[in-house]
Amino acid sequence: MARVEIIALLGSLGLLALVVELVRRRKLGEAYSLLWLLTGVILLILSLWRELLDFLASLVGIFYPPTALFVVGFGFVLLILLQFSVAVSRLSDENRSLIQRLAILDWRLRQLEKALSEEVEAGSDSDDTDADK
Amino acid sequence: MGLWFRQEQSHDNSTVRTPSHMLDRIRLLVVIPAHNEGESLGSVVAQVRTHVPSAAILVIDDGSIDNTDTVAREAGAFVISLPQNLGIGAATQTGYIFAHEMGYDVVARVDADGQHDPVEITRLVSTLLEEGADVVVGSRFVEGGEYATSFVRRLGIWVLATLISLITDQKVTDPTSGFQVIDREALALYANQYPHDYPEPESRVLLHRAGLKVKEVPVSSNPRLGGRSSIGALDSTYYMVRVTIALLVDLLRAAPQGRKRHGEG
Repeated sequence: MARVEIIALLGSLGLLALVVELVRRRKLGEAYSLLWLLTGVILLILSLWRELLDFLASLVGIFYPPTALFVVGFGFVLLILLQFSVAVSRLSDENRSLIQRLAILDWRLRQLEKALSEEVEAGSDSDDTDADK
Repeated sequence: MGLWFRQEQSHDNSTVRTPSHMLDRIRLLVVIPAHNEGESLGSVVAQVRTHVPSAAILVIDDGSIDNTDTVAREAGAFVISLPQNLGIGAATQTGYIFAHEMGYDVVARVDADGQHDPVEITRLVSTLLEEGADVVVGSRFVEGGEYATSFVRRLGIWVLATLISLITDQKVTDPTSGFQVIDREALALYANQYPHDYPEPESRVLLHRAGLKVKEVPVSSNPRLGGRSSIGALDSTYYMVRVTIALLVDLLRAAPQGRKRHGEG
């Protein structure tokens, strides 16, 4: 095995192990782990199966096959980044509408408290006998 | 219901064409989004109360760090304070969501910096009721309106007006006007979907795509009472480019749910 193959193998194994461990400790949600796992598995396959890597490299005209590994990895990183952008957009949308709702509810609660305290004040002088059901 | 609040004052709409009982019968909410506008807000709220006594006034305090909320409350407005600054679009929408839930018939949006003259509100509402429009926009550029501004800004507004006129197949003279009076139909749309980045120009396209009827009415425009505009003269070009991109992105999106009855060839 050439040195570059060993490094690629160790790298993709390390990535896989890290992702699996993070999922196991519930630090990484399953939804976001799928693309990472796929990335790790594909990189692992390509670093073990030299003929496939050579074939892929020649297919797209890359002269030094290990470079194709970087190209594939880069493609996956782009996909994962895109997934993050989608997630961030969704989160900020949700965040915005939560803030709006919170502010409206806060106003309504204050009005309710004000109305209640006025009622209590009015009630304390006039009728103490008012029994609520 | 104890939670329904309206400022009760004497009604005097004798100067308006619409019979005053027509204006009194509708439940009108004036929404004023404000971000650090303590300087000018007090007089804006006071003027709205003077000129549209039958309306309830709601100030959306968009995470201000000055005395915006106190000023608004002392002037007699309801104040909804956003715990974080969300920007003009989301702040305004908060007012629309509130109005929609509370069942208001007509909502007028007025800027907190005083550039919209509250005297005009009744006229915009009358137009809305008389012409059966869903939205009436106060334009500073329609004949009869007066507005002085820098050349670059005028040019930018002209470009946007042309672009939006093309998209909506309708003459748009003042795409950046935030002076809008809307009916329940438009309110339902806005409460559900309102552009957050550049609400004024983007909303024109949104309304068109939802099939709502928009009418522009000339209004005079005051210089700002205090504070600074969110769009400085130097930023005008940048603003125009960003809005153009936002409008084009909007066009890629699916049309909003709504009635299709105007200009949908």
